[in-house]
Amino acid sequence: MNWARWIVFAVALAGLPLAVGDFYVNLTSQIFIAAIFAASLNLLVGYGGLVSLGHASWVGLAAYLSGWLFLKMGLGHGITAPVALLGTTLIAGLFGWISLRATGLGFLMLTLALSQVLWGTAYRWASVTNGDNGLSGLTRPAPFGISLEGPLAFYYFSLAITVLAIWMMSRFVDSPFGAALRGTRDQPRRMSALGHDVWLIRWVTFVYSAFWGAVSGLLFVYYNKYIHPASLSLTNSAEGLLGVIAGGSGTLAGPIVGAAIVIFLKNYVSAYIERWNMLLGFVFVVIVIFMPDGVVPGLRRLWMRWRSR
Amino acid sequence: MQFWIIQSLNSLALGGLLFLLAAGFSLIFGLMRIANLMHGSLFMLGAYIGVTVLKYVPNLWLAALIGGTIVAIFGGIVERLLLRQLGSNVLGQVLVTLGISFILADFCLIVWGGDPIPLPTPPALQRPIIVWGVAFPTYRLVVLAIAVVTAILLHVLMDRTRLGAMIRAGVDDMQMARAVGIPVSKLFTTVFCLGAALAGAGGIIGGPIMSAYPGLDADMLPLALIVVILGGVGSLLGAFVGSFIIGAIYTFGTALLPDLAYVILFLPMIFVIAFRPTGLFGRQGA
Repeated sequence: MNWARWIVFAVALAGLPLAVGDFYVNLTSQIFIAAIFAASLNLLVGYGGLVSLGHASWVGLAAYLSGWLFLKMGLGHGITAPVALLGTTLIAGLFGWISLRATGLGFLMLTLALSQVLWGTAYRWASVTNGDNGLSGLTRPAPFGISLEGPLAFYYFSLAITVLAIWMMSRFVDSPFGAALRGTRDQPRRMSALGHDVWLIRWVTFVYSAFWGAVSGLLFVYYNKYIHPASLSLTNSAEGLLGVIAGGSGTLAGPIVGAAIVIFLKNYVSAYIERWNMLLGFVFVVIVIFMPDGVVPGLRRLWMRWRSR
Repeated sequence: MQFWIIQSLNSLALGGLLFLLAAGFSLIFGLMRIANLMHGSLFMLGAYIGVTVLKYVPNLWLAALIGGTIVAIFGGIVERLLLRQLGSNVLGQVLVTLGISFILADFCLIVWGGDPIPLPTPPALQRPIIVWGVAFPTYRLVVLAIAVVTAILLHVLMDRTRLGAMIRAGVDDMQMARAVGIPVSKLFTTVFCLGAALAGAGGIIGGPIMSAYPGLDADMLPLALIVVILGGVGSLLGAFVGSFIIGAIYTFGTALLPDLAYVILFLPMIFVIAFRPTGLFGRQGA
């Protein structure tokens, strides 16, 4: 991997708030959150060949867990964050065990069904989740005594977490385990014959990807200080998937670009057009039909063609 | 006693509706292996079209026929123009059908607004039937009957007719079926239209019970999924039995434990997946 380019990119992002106003700082923070979400989903979709339609579950679960522990149990952020991550990861272990009874389409349908169950529960179990009103009155944490209430502080906090997340995920993908994962995507039978436990590799990836999904969920709830069942919805899972596909699945930079595209579309275009959902639908159809391998691989292909001349 | 009888009947009626939904889903997803994530949207679109058609044609059954046909045509267009281009690209199919379901949801919101619109029960069926002093809502019994008749017709179509045999041949070995002269491509479009028609007509027939509202699609899709996963992918009998199991669990769950109805709904699914991953009536190794 070309580390120099990534470091330049991160430094440029660190300097961004010097150049732009609060609106763009907040927008970029949202992109960071969406980028972790899409990148974690990409571990499954791009590297594992397992298309999940339930990734929003982890965002919502982590957010609800942390919010509920804070509001109903009165616990501080030092406890709620690790408990929310742990709880989400444990449930991901269970969901992964169920979903991975199948592969391909069956896996997709199971993840969808399971996440819809969580979504419906968040709506109906009003005594815990406050139903359609969502959980409000949440706060942002103050790690090492630094308050994250301001946009700048939160920007750097989420940037740091994003850099950590992307680095950890790239280590995961580049490791021998990541190579085995790509093997199970391309040749599951051969991998099995070579003595790899295909099921276990997939399950570990599922749980690991859910963990980072949960991290983005925590950032999401810190950013909004509010959580609503919509975060668990199919639309949210689909937006993440759109980010992965639009950017190019199976690449490290792809989901980040894709997440940026989705967030930009959502914030910019929806200021002019009220029908975000319809636009999202059209973007889906257009990308699948005209740009099946995503923006980043498409651009890379053009770049290669240009260089070889 | 009345509670249990009424709830049982409600669960049977819901089961019948779920069957109309899940049978189409089972045809499209189970047989043709198309991940049709707009199936709940087709159900909702049917319900809303029913609302409009009923303004001009004051007959629910005629409306169901008209609405089912319109939804079938819509499904056929999507299948021909978009899904067919994608071949066996599963991810592409998922995203396209998902995209269309978002478009449809927003479209319905623009055209019919955000308030739930109940469809009127046919006047002839409004009076309950009274047996042994217990009142049975007639309409729900009729819905149940429609589901049973549909199940029998579908079974005959798939297992007893030449058309059904050709569809099954196309599913099992598309190249071989083509080689012996079966127009697989046309047949698959037909099956897709049939599945869409069932969902659309189901939306209208279910209208007097569930009404048409935004979010109906998101409510119905997971139910169809759970039914098909529980009953076994591609099995008509599985869809039938699964529909009534889920109908019963959902109805009694909502009545007895409203907070956790969704969790209860998914327990049988876990159970079946854990011990019989292909579903109750699924083909082993399929």
